[in-house]
Amino acid sequence: MARIAGGDFRYRFAEHRGTLLAAAVFLAMFAIYGANHNAGFSTLVVTTAANKGVLLALVAMAQTLVVLTAGIDLSVGMIFVLANCLASQFVVGDALETGFGILIVLGAGLLCGALNGLIVIYGRLQPIVTTLATGAIFYGLALLLRPVPGGEINYDLADALTGDVFGVPASLLMLLGIVLVIWVPLRRSVTGRAIYAVGSAEAAAYMSGVAINRARFTAYLLSGLLAACGGLMLTFVTYSGEASAMIGGSYTLNAIAAVVIGGVSLYGGAGSAIGAIFGALVLRTIGDLLFVFDFDPLWQPLFQGVILLSAVTLGSLRLLRVRNRLDLFG
Amino acid sequence: MSAPPTISPGSSPLSRSRFGTLLARIDRPVLAAFGCIILLLLVGSLYSSSFLSPDYLLQQLQVASFLGLIATGMMLVVLLGQIDLSVPWVVTVGGMMSTAAAGWGPLGEALAIPFGITCGAAIGLANGIGVAWLRVPSMIFTLGMNAVAQGLMVLRTGGFAPQDHATSAMHVLATGRHILSIPNALFVWAIVGAITIFLLRRTTFGRAIYAIGNRERAAYLSGLPTRRVIVLAFMASGGLSAFAGVLLAGYSTKAYQAMGDPYLLPAVAAVVLGGTSILGGRGSYLGTIAGVILITLLQSILSVMQMPEAGRQIIYGGVIIAMLLVYGRQKRQV
Amino acid sequence: MAFDPIFQMEGIAKSYGGVRALEEARLAISTGRIHAVLGENGAGKSTLIKIMSGVVQPDAGTMRLDGQAVRFATPKAANEAGIFCIFQELSLIPDLSVADNIDLADPPRRFGLIDRRTQRRLAEEALAKAGAEDIHPLAQVRDLPLSRRQMVEIAKALARRPRILILDEATSALTAGDVARVFAVLKRLRAEGLALLYISHRMHEIEELADDCSVFRNGRHVASYAAGSKSGNEVVELMIGREYSHVFPPKPPLPQEGPVLEVQGLGWEDRLTDISFAARPGEILGLGGLDGQGQRELLLALFGVLRGVAGVVRINGHPVSIGGPRAAKSAPLPMALIPEDRKTEGLMLPMSVADNLTMPALDNLSQFGVIDRRREAAAIREMMDLLAIKAADPAIPVGALSGGNQQKVVIAKWLMLGPRIILLNDPTRGIDVGTKQEIYQLLRRLADAGSTILFYSTDYDELIGCCDRVLVMYDGMIVRELAGDEITEHALVSSAFSLPGKAEVAHG
Repeated sequence: MARIAGGDFRYRFAEHRGTLLAAAVFLAMFAIYGANHNAGFSTLVVTTAANKGVLLALVAMAQTLVVLTAGIDLSVGMIFVLANCLASQFVVGDALETGFGILIVLGAGLLCGALNGLIVIYGRLQPIVTTLATGAIFYGLALLLRPVPGGEINYDLADALTGDVFGVPASLLMLLGIVLVIWVPLRRSVTGRAIYAVGSAEAAAYMSGVAINRARFTAYLLSGLLAACGGLMLTFVTYSGEASAMIGGSYTLNAIAAVVIGGVSLYGGAGSAIGAIFGALVLRTIGDLLFVFDFDPLWQPLFQGVILLSAVTLGSLRLLRVRNRLDLFG
Repeated sequence: MSAPPTISPGSSPLSRSRFGTLLARIDRPVLAAFGCIILLLLVGSLYSSSFLSPDYLLQQLQVASFLGLIATGMMLVVLLGQIDLSVPWVVTVGGMMSTAAAGWGPLGEALAIPFGITCGAAIGLANGIGVAWLRVPSMIFTLGMNAVAQGLMVLRTGGFAPQDHATSAMHVLATGRHILSIPNALFVWAIVGAITIFLLRRTTFGRAIYAIGNRERAAYLSGLPTRRVIVLAFMASGGLSAFAGVLLAGYSTKAYQAMGDPYLLPAVAAVVLGGTSILGGRGSYLGTIAGVILITLLQSILSVMQMPEAGRQIIYGGVIIAMLLVYGRQKRQV
Repeated sequence: MAFDPIFQMEGIAKSYGGVRALEEARLAISTGRIHAVLGENGAGKSTLIKIMSGVVQPDAGTMRLDGQAVRFATPKAANEAGIFCIFQELSLIPDLSVADNIDLADPPRRFGLIDRRTQRRLAEEALAKAGAEDIHPLAQVRDLPLSRRQMVEIAKALARRPRILILDEATSALTAGDVARVFAVLKRLRAEGLALLYISHRMHEIEELADDCSVFRNGRHVASYAAGSKSGNEVVELMIGREYSHVFPPKPPLPQEGPVLEVQGLGWEDRLTDISFAARPGEILGLGGLDGQGQRELLLALFGVLRGVAGVVRINGHPVSIGGPRAAKSAPLPMALIPEDRKTEGLMLPMSVADNLTMPALDNLSQFGVIDRRREAAAIREMMDLLAIKAADPAIPVGALSGGNQQKVVIAKWLMLGPRIILLNDPTRGIDVGTKQEIYQLLRRLADAGSTILFYSTDYDELIGCCDRVLVMYDGMIVRELAGDEITEHALVSSAFSLPGKAEVAHG
């Protein structure tokens, strides 16, 4: 059978449809935002927006990894908060001390992820219950560390990472770096593909000789790491640490929303962390849009909810194409 | 062919059921939960002699009643294999809308309680439609409805605690002790619990809930009204959460922002610790009662021990994980 | 056998929760040969190959590969030894591309990452080897029709250079054209020196392919012989272990009433085309043809499960439009569907026998939604007696029953409703001979009592033995109607295969 060149394109497009859609929505929203902002696309506007967006994007990436395995991680927000508190304690002093502090923060993220992974894999508890409970533990640890908001950070580093490099927000560059160092290699590694396989059809993956436990564990481990990266970044933005259940909870929930808007299937096995990043940026831009159109910021939670519900409801348009009602039940 | 061990998680109860009788299957987690309650009471009595006094216990049960109402709705939804993450703000909606109604003159005063519950049920209706008709995973749809409910409440109140006060009926229902000094709230929970047990065990609705939770496809092919049942369960969950919010507003005489936030994790934990499978289809209300009391006692002991919030959270999460590891594990898959 | 076996099993035993699936099983296969394993459902074939391919571990017995004792703890271990199995239940990942699937466990790598270009080339080679060049390697498996997926499955096994290849009902989902291509591939592999183990219920396939045959019955090895050395009848007797007659109840003459179920010009998507037939009360109307020619869809369409069905359905002369199982229960004549897969569609396995039995009839056993326990208990007892369901207690989970008893529960739960039109979707698949016979008797009793029965079976003997008429389907159409004495294996097989030359649809 002859293969036309367009054939490949069609399949590649189908594979990335969710990601592309999220990217398109974000670009459209951001263009509207920029066009209506008094200062236009000034570096400051973009950098401020980027810093906020990157925080959620990192947590959303963390959530994506677990969601791809058909699990859910309700503790990402708390790992994020714990990392924030740790960073406000340890990421200070000279370069060596700061570097060591960063290692502590990221190491803690890995440990949290590992704990989730071990309980889910070897304890055989459901991810949703497990991470709900470990989330409480991580939050407790954060509170132990920082009963009241405060602490400090290596201000030079913080300013560098929240500023801009030749007009490009440094935080975006960092996000790009993290994507290139963690996500891209993972996506193209055997373990990364195993993560997709486990989420899509665990039994078939087992039959095919896929290392299921390793895939799951890697997903939770890296999820913890990425959430900790987010917490570190939060410290750079706020210059302090705060053990706030509200921040943790809202990041967990918004990360799930970002993942869904980014085209990642909550049933596992389909989607991309890149899509989740755009999903996060879309969510963050909603607040900015309300601001430039002079909406009361009180409208923000409602808008976030409505956008999330619209996104998932649009997804159920596919139901109209279902001809066999049994297919509705998956 | 005798069934080989299946790998899909949904069929795991099969292997267990082959060995155990029905009785053992249902009772083990529930017994374990009650065992934990007794253990907690003993531990608590070491710290404070008043821990075993009837007055203290009744007070605990009064506090447990609020959680009990929420956990009841959560259990119905979890039995379907779904989850209701809109609890925090539906509780708040219940509190805020009932106190708001109280400000609308005598008629509003009379209708405050049903009005609050109805608002919660309406959110539940939206949840149910999203899950049953649009087939959006409940985790995401209820999350979205939570944000919508929050958005509506924030808009209404401008982000401040509303000035409306609870009606006296709400106050009496939540705090009064009229019969044998048993808290009225406990009676409310008892009535709701009795209705739930009846629904689950004696009605077609209850049977359908278990059936859908086990295998929705088979339930549909059996001609059960699957969508209607799912919607009703979510409405019940919304209504009960709002009812708890009404009582909470009565308890503290006012509704306030985020008053429902501390109830989501305990509600899910109570249901799961009570032996209800988070995958749906399995669980008894007796277990949920045990789970609610267990969670309430655990919180109470931690506060009696004057444990700082940090330690409380860590112990709280750790104990839940530990108890689930002991008796809530899924069967090995494969 | 004259050939040196490459792989041998001896004294293999395996039980699942007290139920013996295999006992003293043995098997020897040689390179360059196709070895067919025959046996009824439940004879232990599936367990045998699951042990060979490392999916389950035997309780006892030895396996030798090249004379060396081996044990496979996981499918991976068996794969590393060169044993690959193409399972009935597909082992493909729906969300990944065809190329990803073909080398899922061991992709080509460069610098530790998957080399997509090489992967694509390997996938194209493997697809070509399997005779499925029409499948695009970048297509998502989710988007492929079942027959294409099965071809990917075959390509996936071939890509890994097996020494021993096991095909478990690998052709059941394939179109006739695919089957021919797969056969050519298998013969080529045999010539290349592979050892092939072939499991199929289709005797003619085995006749065409096999060099050696082994028959299993009730988990035991019964006989091995060179292909062609036994007649079809002898083989069937080996499989069922007794005379193959008097299994079916006698067919009474058909009553001459008008039709209760009339179907005119029914169509659905591209799976059903212009289906027209009528069925009378007391009639058992069979659906025949190769598996997957639209029979299941026809039953689902009648039961209201499919959307966008064209054509007219009349019940008792009234045109009806049934929107789902709930509506089907209360149609002018109550309808019942015994679905295809009892584990996922017929039963809630962890729920009790009693709960399962009363599920469809709950509305009749309750008032204002409250279940009348006394009537419920009576109805349960009646059904358990009627179908002789062997369960110690109706309160035990239905999953604890044997396959045959589970199937009886599926049928009984619908009979409780007193259906007048009964649609059966391959109800005897995977159950023991004794229960099958009981089901045949039951069907005839129901028909005699005036019910109309639409009976799809993949087993030709059942159609011959049970049905008053058989509609043979091919590619979504009724291609032939057989009645009375015309229903012979020859007629069924020939009409299933000799077709109005509709060209095969190439996918992808």
